[in-house]
Amino acid sequence: FYLTPPQVNSILKANEYSFKVPEFDGKNVSSVLGFDSNQLPANAPIEDRRSAATCLQTRGMLLGVFDGHAGCACAQAVSERLFYYIAVSLLPHETLLEIENAVESGRALLPILQWHKHPNDYFSKEASKLYFNSLRTYWQELIDLNSGETTDVKEALINAFKRLDNDISLEAQVGDPNSFLNYLVLRVAFSGATACVAHVDGVDLHIANTGDSRAMLGVQEEDGSWSAVNLSYDHNAQNEHEVERVKMEHPKAEEKSLVKQDRLLGLLMPFRAFGDVKFKWSIELQKRVVESGPDQLNENEYTKFIPPNYHTPPYLTAEPEVIHHRLRPQDKFLVLATDGLWETMHRQDVARIVGEYLTGVHHQQPIAVGGYKVTLGQMHGLLTERRARISSVFEDQNAATHLIRHAVGNNEFGTVDHERLSKMLSLPEELARMYRDDITIIVVQFNSHVIGAY
Amino acid sequence: AVGMFLRLLSDVRWRAANPKWRRTTCSQRSTSSTAEPHPVSLPAQAQVVICGGGIMGTSVAYHLSKMGWKDIVLLEQGRLAAGTTRFCAGIVSTARHAAIELKMADYSNKLYQQLEQETGVKTGYVKTGSVSLAQTQDRLISLKRIAASLNVMEIPCEIITPKQVARLHPLINIHDLVGAMYVPEDALVSSANVSLALATAASRNGVQIHERTSVSHVSIQKGRVTGVETDRGQIQCQYFVNCAGQWAYELGHSGEEAVNIPLHACEHFYLLTHPLKEPLASTLPTIVDPDGRIYIRNWQGGILSGGFEKNPKPLFTEGRNQLEIQNLQEDWDHFEPLLSALLRRMPDLEALQIMQLVNCPESFTPDMRCVMGESPTVRGYFVLAGMNSAGISYGGGAGKYLAEWMVNGYPSENVWPLDLKRFGSLQSSRTFLRHRVMEVMPLMCDLKVPRWDFQTGRQLRTSPLYDRLDAQGARWMEKHGFERVKYFVPPGNDLLDLGQSKTFYKPDWFDIVGSEVKCCKEAVCVIDMSSFTKFEISSTGDQALESLQYLFSNDLDVPVGHVVHTGMLNETGGYENDCSIARLSKRSFFMISPTDQQVHCWAWLKNRLPDDSNITMEDVTWKYTALNLIGPRAVDVLSELSYAPITPEHFPSLFCKEMSVGYANGIRVMSITHTGEPGFMLYIPIEYALHVYNEVMNMGQKYGIRNAGYYALRSLRIEKFFAFWGQDLDAFTTPMECGREFQVKLEKGMQFVGQEALLEQKQNGVYKRFTMFILEDHDTDTDLWPWWGEPIFRNGRYVGKTTSSAYSYTLERHVCLGFVQHFDEKTGEELVVTTDFINQGDYEIDIAGQRFQAKAKLYPFSSLFTHRRRKDELELSGYQRE
Repeated sequence: FYLTPPQVNSILKANEYSFKVPEFDGKNVSSVLGFDSNQLPANAPIEDRRSAATCLQTRGMLLGVFDGHAGCACAQAVSERLFYYIAVSLLPHETLLEIENAVESGRALLPILQWHKHPNDYFSKEASKLYFNSLRTYWQELIDLNSGETTDVKEALINAFKRLDNDISLEAQVGDPNSFLNYLVLRVAFSGATACVAHVDGVDLHIANTGDSRAMLGVQEEDGSWSAVNLSYDHNAQNEHEVERVKMEHPKAEEKSLVKQDRLLGLLMPFRAFGDVKFKWSIELQKRVVESGPDQLNENEYTKFIPPNYHTPPYLTAEPEVIHHRLRPQDKFLVLATDGLWETMHRQDVARIVGEYLTGVHHQQPIAVGGYKVTLGQMHGLLTERRARISSVFEDQNAATHLIRHAVGNNEFGTVDHERLSKMLSLPEELARMYRDDITIIVVQFNSHVIGAY
Repeated sequence: AVGMFLRLLSDVRWRAANPKWRRTTCSQRSTSSTAEPHPVSLPAQAQVVICGGGIMGTSVAYHLSKMGWKDIVLLEQGRLAAGTTRFCAGIVSTARHAAIELKMADYSNKLYQQLEQETGVKTGYVKTGSVSLAQTQDRLISLKRIAASLNVMEIPCEIITPKQVARLHPLINIHDLVGAMYVPEDALVSSANVSLALATAASRNGVQIHERTSVSHVSIQKGRVTGVETDRGQIQCQYFVNCAGQWAYELGHSGEEAVNIPLHACEHFYLLTHPLKEPLASTLPTIVDPDGRIYIRNWQGGILSGGFEKNPKPLFTEGRNQLEIQNLQEDWDHFEPLLSALLRRMPDLEALQIMQLVNCPESFTPDMRCVMGESPTVRGYFVLAGMNSAGISYGGGAGKYLAEWMVNGYPSENVWPLDLKRFGSLQSSRTFLRHRVMEVMPLMCDLKVPRWDFQTGRQLRTSPLYDRLDAQGARWMEKHGFERVKYFVPPGNDLLDLGQSKTFYKPDWFDIVGSEVKCCKEAVCVIDMSSFTKFEISSTGDQALESLQYLFSNDLDVPVGHVVHTGMLNETGGYENDCSIARLSKRSFFMISPTDQQVHCWAWLKNRLPDDSNITMEDVTWKYTALNLIGPRAVDVLSELSYAPITPEHFPSLFCKEMSVGYANGIRVMSITHTGEPGFMLYIPIEYALHVYNEVMNMGQKYGIRNAGYYALRSLRIEKFFAFWGQDLDAFTTPMECGREFQVKLEKGMQFVGQEALLEQKQNGVYKRFTMFILEDHDTDTDLWPWWGEPIFRNGRYVGKTTSSAYSYTLERHVCLGFVQHFDEKTGEELVVTTDFINQGDYEIDIAGQRFQAKAKLYPFSSLFTHRRRKDELELSGYQRE
């Protein structure tokens, strides 16, 4: 039993989304041309989330991928809320005041973000009021704290991450009179999510990363070849600095039990994450919240279970590591992706495949022999090379889809093998997770002309 | 580049050496060899105007003038042989599947061979031979079938081993080959020069040739061609011949009345190289590698290689006309698979330098066969076009047949497979043609397995029951645009893959059709046969009867309610159509013909019925759904659905009654099944089709009714020795030759078409005889299956070919039908075939080179034999549940 190519395509393309930055007067003045995104589930339902939005009260664009664990609740909440926290952190004092006044007097609110969403990317209607109130509290505090200094992007990103995680934690502790919402905030807090977020404003690219998703820059060298530059560090056991950090934060006596089998406390793969209050709250707090919580929570073995060697919480933080990069004309694109991609593909291959895809689509000129001396062998070599380059390109209109096709279907020769692709995509739900993880990818394409003009 | 090609593929100096083109109309003109002679004015009238100066137009002109017609004008919009003809690869190949195509190619080859001598024009004819390679066993079988056909036509041909291939061609890689077919007399020509040579000869015979003259309009009055309008004036004419190649479709639409010529152009690429270091000999055979989709010929010391890719590029869909085919864009990326195949076949060519990739559009037709003959709607309007890239191979023969058609009224061979009238207007949609030719062009190289169906342009004409039948597992084939059921895949068996049916051996539907046949024999089956062509002919008085008595060979003056099987014969007694006619009333007749007769039969009758407003003929094909109720229990099912008595006493064989079935009234029920089995045909007004079908299926349940398809029908009719028009019968076979004298009423008191010829045959005997063969030592499971076109041998000598075959589930043997001839052992002269000659011989059927013993019979097995057998099985199987 095999899936036909059209069936494969319909699976791969189900979640694809593309956005092109609109042009004004025939010119795109943004350093971003647009982005392609897509996700392929392995879990049912998928635990990855993605977000993209344009900041309307400041300049810049926000893009992020979120990898949930122990359910999708936390990743969902972070995908809905984090960009508001970042946008608010970036807003100047006057704008914050204006917004607060508008809310206070019931006037129409200035829009803060313009979302670029696939129809499958949803926002929770029930929680919007709750989320809004938490956000308002945050900006009220920012107004009160008015430092008078211009906002530093790096600081704003760190603050926003930490604040949101804090709010998630608080909402779970306080609870909600509405039983549905009460259960929701608890699920959000007890599940977890990593986040890898890019903020692009002109030539200034900031990557804020928490966890083991990854940001990678695709650079075209002078000879036309492609190379990859990492713009984030994975927060996991493979990162020595990260292991070092965790050990520094806890007494020496715990050194041996902190990281076991490459996992935090022998349980958690990422070393930084949103939610996951089981790694953040004290034992007493956890027990109190679980016991007073709804039955569903009480009966859940996972939430009741206290990690072993749990002595000096918190063990986990949502604080991101922020990297700033000044974009150059040779920086052609940025890939944000959850670990589902990076487990199967080396970043160098990712750079090459996306680079060739983005350029190949536009630059496959017809060949003419004209008056040149060309042998059949030379021509054949040239044609097979061209063919290999475009083989699967024509099927995809989306760089992220193209990358997923390669990630899932690549054979040992680095080319897409339909049979393999078909097999991988037709795995039954319960088996899929054993062969692959959820994959979420955003490919942002930069505008070299605009960047070169800075 | 265009200039270069003229020099390379044709010979420009020829023009200077033969400046007398227009001499015929302008005798005072000097024979000066100026490059561009002044245009000579067109004649005001001519007998024949041919449009198109490529290989087809010049060949028709050549043959017409040879047959004595002199008053001919040939018009070419650009220069002679400047279109597809100039660019074509110049390969003359006789390795063809269809007998008629094989004959055309063979004639062309022989014509071209002596053309240079006849005309003095260098044609570049070189007898190189050709080698067709097989990379698979199935391909080798296919080649062996062709070889068997070539051999009985006495065209030298050999199946050879890969090692022998290597000896014939030094560059070839033979590692992936299983065998090949060598045709030593195949040739290469300069196609443009062949065309110019034909033009020269025609011109000498008096044909006027005008270049740079384009036809803008064909004038038609009262259904006849009266003349053409050109950009240089008008010409009145009686005959117009459309040889406009890929522009033929558009030209066909440029008259008062559209002449539909279904063809569509596709880009076709081939490669030219510089010479090899050691230039290739010009006598090196042409290599055809169908599995690699390519052909390779020697060309000026280098090679010329092209092919038929899987993803063709159709063009001119919207009908962009242009004077000559300008050299279209080269597309190397498109050519890449063919180049790979070439280098795989001849790896040493890697270092060879490219000269050019030529893009030369070719026209293709919906069924891979060319389009020839007279328009069904406009008399005097002839067509020869749509060569499916074999224009040079067919050019001579096709021109000859068309010329014969015009001069004699019909060609000397059966050309029905090529006849324009096999198409209707339904195959003329541009979208249909575009999609279909994209399927046809790759097919040039695909394996031709039995029972192949086109996949594009389907579901055009369907029965109202289509969805019902489809939901019950129907598998479909198409005839004349109409979807017909092959067989029904039983539920739970639906993983059956189409690919497994593509075999030269026992197909996967064998048991399925077997059970349908069994049900037809023992219980009752229903087959939707709505595709049949149905005409109603009526008149105010006796005019209809009188006319039909003249046009049909059997006696139609039967009591009302009788059905008559009869041939519609031509002057030589041959079958133009084989039909069943029911006399509905004294003055009206209901005529049932094969599906593909819709256009031909209509045109035939239209042209011959008196121009009398009292006779009306109507095509009611679309008005009736036809259900064939076959089997011993058909009578029971029908009895329960109608109050009219239909027992054999009240409803004998060959009867027709209009009656009600279920709630539906006005159903024409005929006691015929076209299979020799008991049962009824129901002609149902389409709006009642679903109702009647449902009633029949519900009522039939207790009698074990099931759906069946045409494969079951075919098996039944062939084991009963029933001939089918278009398959076994054609315009060159008479009722006398196929044991159907009983369907001819020689003494019906009046003349009828073909009567004289039949009387003569009755007196002098026939020269071929339709015979039934039962294969004796053939193992259905492991041996190759017969198809049609297999040579028949009698006492080791070739006597004819099969025309159809099927497995008989009753006899548990294969049955082949075919014609046996009697050639004099010494002179080869055709002799009269007697019953004794048939009966006193040992027969063998040659299937792809392997001969199987066969028993010849002139009459079907008695129904007594099958009847008793059926009765035994009936009791054993316990079918009855009453």
